[in-house]
Amino acid sequence: MRIACPYCGERSLDEFVYSGDATVTRPDAASPTAMEDFVRYSFERTNPPGMHRELWYHSAGCHAWLVVTRGVATHTIASVEVARDVARAASRTSSDPAAPAKDPA
Amino acid sequence: MAHPTQPNRLSSGGLVDRTRTLSFTFDGKTYTGHPGDTLASALIANGVMLTGRSFKYHRPRGILTAGSEEPNALVELREGARREPNTKATMAELYGGLSARSQNRWPSLSFDVMSINSLLSPVFVAGFYYKTFMWPSALWEKLYEPAIRRAAGLGRAAETHDPDIYEKATAFADVLVIGGGPAGLIAALAAARSKARVVLVDENASLGGRAVDDASEIDGKPAREWVDAAERELSGLENVRILRRTTAFGSYDGGTFGAIERVSDHLAAAPAGVPRQRVWRIVAKKTVLASGATERPLVFGNNDRPGVMLAGAVRTYINRFGVLPGKRVIVFTNNDYGATTVTDLKRAGAEVVALVDTRPQPSEMTKRLAGEAQTRLISGGVIVGALGRHGVTGAVIRTNSGDEVKLDCDLIAASGGWNPNIQLATHQGAKPVWNTTCHSFLAGVLPHGMSSAGAASGALSLDKALASGAAAGSAAASEAGFATVPVSVPDARAESEAITPLWRVDNPRGKAFVDQQNDVATSDIVLAEREGFRAVEHLKRYTTLGMATDQGRTANVNAIAIMAEITGRSIPETGITMARPPYTPVAVGALAGHHRGKTFKPTRLPPSYKWAKEQGAVFVETGLWLRPSSFPRPGEGDWLDTVKREVNTVRNAVGICDVSTLGKVDVQGTDALAFIEKLYCNGFKTLGVGKARYGCMLREDGMLLDDGTCARLGENHFFITTTTANAVKVVQHMEYCHQWLWPEMDVQITSATEQWAQYAIAGPKSRDLIRRVVDAEFDVSDAGFPYMGVGAITVCGGIKARLFRLSFSGERAYELGVPARFGDALMRRLMEAGKDLGVCAYGTEALGVMRIEKGHISGPELNGTTTPRDVGLGGMVSSKKDFIGSVLGKRPGLVDPQRPALVGFRPVDRSDRLRSGAHFIPRNAMASATVSEGHMTSTAYSPSNGHWIGLGFLKNGANRMGEIVRAYDPVRNGDTLVEVVSPVFVDPEGGRVRG
Repeated sequence: MRIACPYCGERSLDEFVYSGDATVTRPDAASPTAMEDFVRYSFERTNPPGMHRELWYHSAGCHAWLVVTRGVATHTIASVEVARDVARAASRTSSDPAAPAKDPA
Repeated sequence: MAHPTQPNRLSSGGLVDRTRTLSFTFDGKTYTGHPGDTLASALIANGVMLTGRSFKYHRPRGILTAGSEEPNALVELREGARREPNTKATMAELYGGLSARSQNRWPSLSFDVMSINSLLSPVFVAGFYYKTFMWPSALWEKLYEPAIRRAAGLGRAAETHDPDIYEKATAFADVLVIGGGPAGLIAALAAARSKARVVLVDENASLGGRAVDDASEIDGKPAREWVDAAERELSGLENVRILRRTTAFGSYDGGTFGAIERVSDHLAAAPAGVPRQRVWRIVAKKTVLASGATERPLVFGNNDRPGVMLAGAVRTYINRFGVLPGKRVIVFTNNDYGATTVTDLKRAGAEVVALVDTRPQPSEMTKRLAGEAQTRLISGGVIVGALGRHGVTGAVIRTNSGDEVKLDCDLIAASGGWNPNIQLATHQGAKPVWNTTCHSFLAGVLPHGMSSAGAASGALSLDKALASGAAAGSAAASEAGFATVPVSVPDARAESEAITPLWRVDNPRGKAFVDQQNDVATSDIVLAEREGFRAVEHLKRYTTLGMATDQGRTANVNAIAIMAEITGRSIPETGITMARPPYTPVAVGALAGHHRGKTFKPTRLPPSYKWAKEQGAVFVETGLWLRPSSFPRPGEGDWLDTVKREVNTVRNAVGICDVSTLGKVDVQGTDALAFIEKLYCNGFKTLGVGKARYGCMLREDGMLLDDGTCARLGENHFFITTTTANAVKVVQHMEYCHQWLWPEMDVQITSATEQWAQYAIAGPKSRDLIRRVVDAEFDVSDAGFPYMGVGAITVCGGIKARLFRLSFSGERAYELGVPARFGDALMRRLMEAGKDLGVCAYGTEALGVMRIEKGHISGPELNGTTTPRDVGLGGMVSSKKDFIGSVLGKRPGLVDPQRPALVGFRPVDRSDRLRSGAHFIPRNAMASATVSEGHMTSTAYSPSNGHWIGLGFLKNGANRMGEIVRAYDPVRNGDTLVEVVSPVFVDPEGGRVRG
């Protein structure tokens, strides 16, 4: 499998580390339901066929965390995004008024 | 005109160089051959047809094929350290001095004791092992398995280290062409002329494939001329790489292919500095699969006898190698292509005794060929059995009318049709689809980026192979983004691909083999069906069909078709087996490349390595690092003497330990403090600039991830240390937190592990020592530089350094960091400066002893299942902030008082030794896993206490001080009574660190 790192270009799988589901958002630790929220966030996963959004780390490269959209049956990669950009975009569009929206730019 | 010493060598033809003679030995006997020969062709030239014994029945076997699909002619090649078993004689190129031995025979090839198995074959049926050795199971290990292994011989591997070099390489291609036959060559030409980067791989020493094997004509001239011209053109292009002797063995995701190049296997030994084999990783935008086809054997009685050969192989031996495998030949075929063999045989001077065509109405072409070869055509006939034991002496033929005739011959050339080599497509999940024209499986939907051409796509006829190759090569280059130049397809005669399948001969005389390498006969398939193993995957496992090193390349389709016949189903209904990599066996040594022995992994050397080596230090591998474990001195009896001395020196004077291997991470930015607060479970808000604090990082599930110190070098500047083992993991975790969880934070993370040489200088005299290297303007008094103080200083006259007053040993101690390039010099300076203070260097052993004496946690306690509370650090966990692990760390199970907690242990009998791994069980309980209350994690002989001490996790441990439990270690016969004590064995008040 080959992953096109947005910084380094297309690289072989062995430069990357898979590290979990990119669809979950770390819950608010102050919420009254924090315990159940964190249990769900940390442990509960479905494994449907088709496209998954996954977190990968370019460990033998630029150290960027990436969001890879990948078909788990075919290994087809639909997109590779910089995780930081995905996370920032998500926090900007979040309806949660407590969500940080600071933009250093 | 006969060759003087090689009776079956033709006087002309083939690609061998008759002007040079090579001598080789087979089973100790000396023969000769020529450059260009394989071991198989050279043996045939010398009339050697018996090359080995079969795996199960020890039946005499010869050479069946001329390629990598060979199931029979497996030999032990070379001698000594280079001895390699199960080498295909058909793929081993001849070199002067080659030595080969037959396998699976004792005492000799022609008289083999184990061939008694052949007489017992009614016993050795499919599922024999399952049925016979079911019970009692205890006898398996002791009796059955060793006996079976001895009898079911394979070759012997070399018994010493492989002296050769193997390497790995990566190539990138716009168009990868797999196979250098006519289709592959023209595909490569079409792609290369468009300027695409082309890689062409072919598993043989020379290109041309079946066009050369069949001595075909292209553009009215011998195909060889066209092949040479194509090869010349490709070789002259900078955008083309031709890899000969290279087998593409696997296809993987994203257009990645594995290929093995036999760089020096055709030589007696690899020249100095040249690898024997090279594993290629080829990354291709587009791939043309032109891997050809494999001929199917016909399944008749004793079809495994030496002298029964595939018809295509017979043509290859005549046309490529200039050898004639038999003088009196019967050609047995169910297809027109097989029938063409009579022409080659006749031209080579053989007598074609008969052309046995299974079709009652052979094609006009076949009739014509038989007429031209002046041979008897037996239409609708079959060979029911080959005659002869160590070599074919004749055949019993059943004619269309049912009569049987016996004809003498010394070679049977048989063809059952062709199976396209679609393995590399199926590796990627392409489902084989049954094709009713060529009566074999073709790859259905090809993997993304792959196309196929030539025989691999079912185009057996040369004209179609060339046309399909040209089209596929152009299309591949075009899809890869290149403007293609039209390629004119050369003229070649349309060849008949007519075939009427015959999967097995009814009522064969003798065993009719389907899988020759694993000795699976038609009778085994019949039995498997009768016993219910009808599914292809069951058939395979029950009979071992297709499970030998040849992956059943000559066997699988025949077997599926036979099963279909027996069960009255169609072949597609019966099923398929998917091939997995590797297409041909690949030596593990080649896959390892240079990653073996000392070069298996990189070695990281700490800055004081050279100095330590000079002192005669003993080193230990910790991860990639090579660290001094102790510094023995003359007169010290064993390692324990040394460790005692090093510990005592630190406790009473001063010692130095290279701790550069600890991970070091620089954290800066306006949100650096907020970020640190998220990472650590304890608070850092009150940490002033110029101070350090111990801290623990957790995983989100509340378990300890790592521990270390965090120093505040400036308002927005922190410098943290990690354990040696977790240095990489912690940086990854920090990057995750920063990039994914809190991307809005203004913080920069930089690993500085390799930039700083850092020494722990520990002991009551440590301040005296550092005073002698720290430049005078810096105050290192206890008032000016108290415990947990941190500062940027200079040493040795202006060299930038950092001083940390930290202690792992429990003594007054400092860590002094300098840029790594000064590490060696600083070590030497410190040792020199501390001479009169009695300084010594100490290694990881003494370091470990002292941390156990102080009850500090390390790797054995940071095992991924422990919480801060478990290790006695529950009190430092902040309840005021959100940090990684803050919520899940409060799960009821993790705060249960009964959870094992870290305590210290000492033996009741102070002379007893303690061992890590021992389980704690109540004094009077029967020893069993169910009564375990925890386990010992770290033990050491404590010079400070004069006896062994231990740390471990014990249920409700904190409330059991003074209790006596058993430390039970059945693996090492350990059963020791131990007392539960505080985990701090030295200076429990902690006064010493403050001085």
